Amino acid sequence: MTDQSSTPSKTEAVEVAPAVQKSSRTKMGLRKQDFNIFLIVIALVMLAPFILNPFPEGSGMAQFNAGYPDLMQRFVIFGIFAIGFNILFGLTGYLSFGHAAFLGVGSYAGVWMMKLLTMNVIPAIIVSTAIAGIFALFVGFISLRRSGIYFSILTLAFAQMSFSLAYSVLTPITGGETGLQLALDDVRLFGTAAVDGSIPATNLFGLAMRDSFELEIGGWLFTFNAGYYLSAFVMLAAFYLSVRIFRSPFGMMLRAVKSNQQRMNYTGLNAKPYTLAAFVISGMYAGLAGGLMVSMDPLAGAERMFWTASGEVVLMTILGGAGTMIGPVLGAGFIKYMENIVSKINETILHQWFYWLPDGLEDFVIALIYPFIGKGWHLTLGIMFMMVVIFLPGGLVEGGQRIAGLFKKRKASTSDDDTTPKSAPQAAE
Amino acid sequence: MGILEVKGVNKRFGGLQALGDVNLSVAENSVHAIIGPNGAGKSTLLNVLIGKLIPDTGSVMFDGLSVLGRHPHEICQMGISRVFQTPEIFGDLTVMENVMIPCFAKRDGAFSLHAIGGVDAETDMIDQAEEMLTEVKMIEKRNMLASSLSRGDKRRLEMAMCLVQQPRLLLLDEPTAGMARADTNNTIDLLKEINEKRKITMAIIEHDMHVVFSLAERITVLAQGMPLVEDTPANIKGHPKVREAYLGETA
Repeated sequence: MTDQSSTPSKTEAVEVAPAVQKSSRTKMGLRKQDFNIFLIVIALVMLAPFILNPFPEGSGMAQFNAGYPDLMQRFVIFGIFAIGFNILFGLTGYLSFGHAAFLGVGSYAGVWMMKLLTMNVIPAIIVSTAIAGIFALFVGFISLRRSGIYFSILTLAFAQMSFSLAYSVLTPITGGETGLQLALDDVRLFGTAAVDGSIPATNLFGLAMRDSFELEIGGWLFTFNAGYYLSAFVMLAAFYLSVRIFRSPFGMMLRAVKSNQQRMNYTGLNAKPYTLAAFVISGMYAGLAGGLMVSMDPLAGAERMFWTASGEVVLMTILGGAGTMIGPVLGAGFIKYMENIVSKINETILHQWFYWLPDGLEDFVIALIYPFIGKGWHLTLGIMFMMVVIFLPGGLVEGGQRIAGLFKKRKASTSDDDTTPKSAPQAAE
Repeated sequence: MGILEVKGVNKRFGGLQALGDVNLSVAENSVHAIIGPNGAGKSTLLNVLIGKLIPDTGSVMFDGLSVLGRHPHEICQMGISRVFQTPEIFGDLTVMENVMIPCFAKRDGAFSLHAIGGVDAETDMIDQAEEMLTEVKMIEKRNMLASSLSRGDKRRLEMAMCLVQQPRLLLLDEPTAGMARADTNNTIDLLKEINEKRKITMAIIEHDMHVVFSLAERITVLAQGMPLVEDTPANIKGHPKVREAYLGETA
């Protein structure tokens, strides 16, 4: 019963991957296919210091290396943010435009834990997740009274209000314009207030987050950072949980919310608590990301809640593939890479690349490329985003599937492990 | 005493008397049809029955409990299922998932946070859904997207989604609207079979006289929001009042 029963091709029917199949579970309660994806994500994340540093130090291409701790941490932390956002947007179709508020609230909660309790990151991470969850419950309860564009506007309004409050009125709690920082005279009940006259480093039971182990092989330098690996483990757990949610009855109900709320109501299901639960879960993911962010660098600023930050996670999710499991992670990595690497290319570097061209032509080529690099990286990102939305509505994941499809030379239209690109992205892969 | 009792229901929309003193009693295990010309108030009556509209006066009792003012999902949990004029299904989901959702709704209620255990592990629910799909002869289409089904299949799927919850009352809003003759006959057979085998009470709102006279045991004729006659199909056919209000125009 579980195999792909041949469908009589009476109608031009779309057959998708069986989202329900009996007794096909493998390790860790995941399906074989999902487990394989999980393994790939584990490998990518664990080997990131190697994968992101493909060019030797000192070579001309070294600036494309992304394997330094600060950036790698951002990859996985924004990955968590996007995975959570995808649970709401990808499954229920409710487009929140204010998720950065939860990230910001989580950040503040995290820094406060370090000010009040200890520099150990565990309380900071747990409390920021919880506080963001409570805040999401409040925001979601009100915003989910409406759907569609009105819901998006309500969430945006909440986020902007949070930003304004953090920036001005709530300065005693948030630090206002300067942001919330640690100080030497902080309480820190369960830890030392200062070590050698300076603020102690964030740590996990003594292991400082900024500690790194460097490995030099030939011309290559690989950095293994404690903070990165902590974030990576949290991200893998977050990813695993999201896969479980996708394949659970709850996840199926969330997709039902997106598909047809009328039928849902007349099936005896109350759509509202389902949507609210998804909203709170994704808010908690955002809070977790915020907590990790301040665990790496104990500083929280109001700009983290600005609407552009909310927009960024929407871009990440759509660029990678909304409703797919791995898409948001790819999208987050892609955008953060662009932001940090493409933005660093400047005119001098372009001249180094194109020095071999005749003078006039060199200047022409550089003039042509210049608007797209450095501060112009937004332009590049914008163009790529437009291309993806127009040509690959399923995001980078769909792009990957199409390339895989070309290699496998499978019969057109029948798809066994990828979903239909035609309709909205499905919950496979 | 019927399973569904409508008493003295009035509903006005501004100056229009959509329903005027409607009384209706649907007996358990029967098939009761509600017919009437366009604008007779059939859809308004149906919307009152499912809690979408609250009447100005009157009561609607299902098995001794009032349905008025309840949310649609509560009414469904009481045992009333509804089939729509255009099939309402989860188009982005597979046929199998479409049938599994009502299974979960029946077992777990209006909301449950089953977020960790996989759907795959719910073998009971899978068996139940597969059984239902076999019964409506759609098992081989289980992995198809529901939106890609033909109109007749969508109708059958919607019916399966209602039946798998074992409702006590099935409300059907023009179940054969827009269907070809063959599909209509298939639907009639399916409904007859359901009524005989599962003993589900049905209230049908229908335009197609062929469907009404093949299925119904009792017929209520509505005209201008008022119940005109309620009788058996044989008596309705020859009734002068009905001919005048309804059949006279079409005969």
